[in-house]
Amino acid sequence: MIKWMKYRFVYLGVSLFFLIFGAYGVIKWGLKLGVDFTGGAVVEYKFENNISTEDINKSLFEKGYPINSIQKAGVDKYLFRFPPLDREEKDKVNLALEEILNTKVEELRFENVGPSIGPELIKKTLIAMLLSTVVILLWVAFQFKSFKFGTSAILAMFHDSLILIGCFSILGHFFNAEIDFLFVTALLTTLSFSVHDTIVVYDRIREYQKKDGGDLKSLADKAISETMVRSLNNSFTILFMLIALILLGGSTVKWFAVALLIGTIAGTYSSPFVAVSLLVTFDELRESLKNRSGLFHFLKFRK
Amino acid sequence: MPQISTPVKKTLLILALTIVATFISLPNKIPLNINIGKIVFKKELTRPNIDFKIGRFEIKKSFDLLLGLDLAGGSHLVFEADASNINQEDLKSALDSLRDVIERRVNLFGVSEPVVQTSSFGGKNRIIVELPGIKDTKEAVDIIGKTAQLVFAEVPQSTESASFKLTDLTGADLASARVGFDQQNSGKPVIQLQFSKEGGDKFEKITSENIDKPLAIILDNEVVSAPIVQETISGGQAAISGDFTLDQAKQLSLQLNAGALPISINLVEERTVEAILGTESVMKSVTAGFVGLLMVLIFMILSYGWLGVIADLGLIVFSVVTLALYKLIPVVLTLPGIAGFLLSVGMAVDSNILIFERYKEEKLRRNTADALEISFGRAWDSIRDANIASLVTAFILANPFDWNFLHTSGPVRGFAITLALGIGISLFTGIYVSRNLLRVFVKEKKND
Repeated sequence: MIKWMKYRFVYLGVSLFFLIFGAYGVIKWGLKLGVDFTGGAVVEYKFENNISTEDINKSLFEKGYPINSIQKAGVDKYLFRFPPLDREEKDKVNLALEEILNTKVEELRFENVGPSIGPELIKKTLIAMLLSTVVILLWVAFQFKSFKFGTSAILAMFHDSLILIGCFSILGHFFNAEIDFLFVTALLTTLSFSVHDTIVVYDRIREYQKKDGGDLKSLADKAISETMVRSLNNSFTILFMLIALILLGGSTVKWFAVALLIGTIAGTYSSPFVAVSLLVTFDELRESLKNRSGLFHFLKFRK
Repeated sequence: MPQISTPVKKTLLILALTIVATFISLPNKIPLNINIGKIVFKKELTRPNIDFKIGRFEIKKSFDLLLGLDLAGGSHLVFEADASNINQEDLKSALDSLRDVIERRVNLFGVSEPVVQTSSFGGKNRIIVELPGIKDTKEAVDIIGKTAQLVFAEVPQSTESASFKLTDLTGADLASARVGFDQQNSGKPVIQLQFSKEGGDKFEKITSENIDKPLAIILDNEVVSAPIVQETISGGQAAISGDFTLDQAKQLSLQLNAGALPISINLVEERTVEAILGTESVMKSVTAGFVGLLMVLIFMILSYGWLGVIADLGLIVFSVVTLALYKLIPVVLTLPGIAGFLLSVGMAVDSNILIFERYKEEKLRRNTADALEISFGRAWDSIRDANIASLVTAFILANPFDWNFLHTSGPVRGFAITLALGIGISLFTGIYVSRNLLRVFVKEKKND
């Protein structure tokens, strides 16, 4: 049997690397917040002919309509982002665009979000995360009769969320992926993914604990070996659906599916390699604190 | 005659359920285009809707998928109420009546199935209005946000000046106004008023004090009509008669319906989607769904052989039952909702994978049938615990009790509802359906 837990500091090291990498991204580039958070307007247009985004940007600016960005979304569709625009102003922009392009423009979507929406969204998201965390912590602690299990599961869950946020700061910088309402949804779904997988491994540990007993480390090795294929196969089926959605599902849900994909991969990795690694580490720390010789041994080992 | 075993009975039940669910989940019209060499077959199949009468009961169900604004096209508007000059204790009733008035105005607009709801969070009071199929939001916003002030006023007879004595009966007390005809005398158009309960009481009091005197109806500081009160009117119903033409009467009832907003509001968020964009999104999602489903089906067969075939059958049952439930409940499907459904398809085989992996282990020790039964039993604990955790987050995202401290927005909820439904149904198909199919299958194998 593979001694998975022997290398647990390697797994935690890998996670730490990605966490630091993500934190670097967030500090260096920040997060690209969408209009849901910042307020502002998005208009999706369909143009018959190809347009030069630079020219339009310049011409509209000269007419007194500053644009935040123009982005291609599909074959003949473009996303224009503006500071907050009300409907009348937007109609004027449409007229100005028609003048510049000398053709009729087709408006497919218009979103205008006031500045008061964003802070509320953040607050509600934090409350939702906190509530999910507390309920899941209590549920896991209750089911496995130990806060050690609950805490490790929650930490693995946070690990996945942080990785997802870190990835999006990088995707935002290089590919214009935005943090919006759907990202928040993906973030919360990642929480449930993560803990779903963790519980399956935990459940095996619990079963062997009851049946055979033995130290947690070898139980964990056995449980991970036996759930590994299941965990990978389940992730594959989810990834198939998400990849199909990313490639074929259209621009609106593309980044949402990407966020769910990152969450799934992180969740699959973190269940055996973060949650269980932490569990075993916590267990050993407690054991060595329990008997002084163990503590001494631990210190000697460090020396 | 051989006795039919329980698993076979249950399998027949599952088959019946699947057929019904398939029927419900099929689209209303299915275009059939078959080209084989020179033979061209072109026909449009129409799924009949349920529409029949049993005695006095009429059962009618169209089984159409309800599409959200982002798919069907339409407007999502969020207004913020300015509650600065309203007492805290009056706030709730003021917001409720604000919602009622807006609802009335939206109904005037003639959209099908509009949604008007309030949302209070962090000291901010909002009204969310969803108008399916409306493109011209400017007109909609104008109608909703019109600050018309409707009030009833007594007209003092003694003084010469036309100063009105305003009563406390306002547009907020009016339940509805519509055009009717004077049945007793002239047959001329009249406007029938229906007050709310409180409004009716106020109206009774005012009329009793003003018999044979005019009562002015003032809209936007303009007297639209000043009918003479003929008697005390109780019961909250009244009719304004006058020399109205039909058009005038209609116009007036419209204005009265529009009434006055008890709190002033302003637009803080607006999202409008064209129907074309929505149709495109639906097509793309359906394609993505089929491709993804196919990959999952193939993957399961490649990984688990004949067990995979059973799981695939379970997955197909899952898909049609889920779609049928969307139509029956009904669930308003949004783009994130479709994503939630597709995700749940990927997750639905999880319970099967768990069981089959377990089966591989148990198979080493037992015969096929026992190994399967034990795998189902043992895997159930993991499946239950894991899915309860997933349902918790889905529940918090879906916010079924409309808690104000959680998200109340459409897209997030649409996603969570389909995901939660998917998790629930996958427990049924992943365990009940595949277990019974396997029992039948294993038995047949043994008999061979």
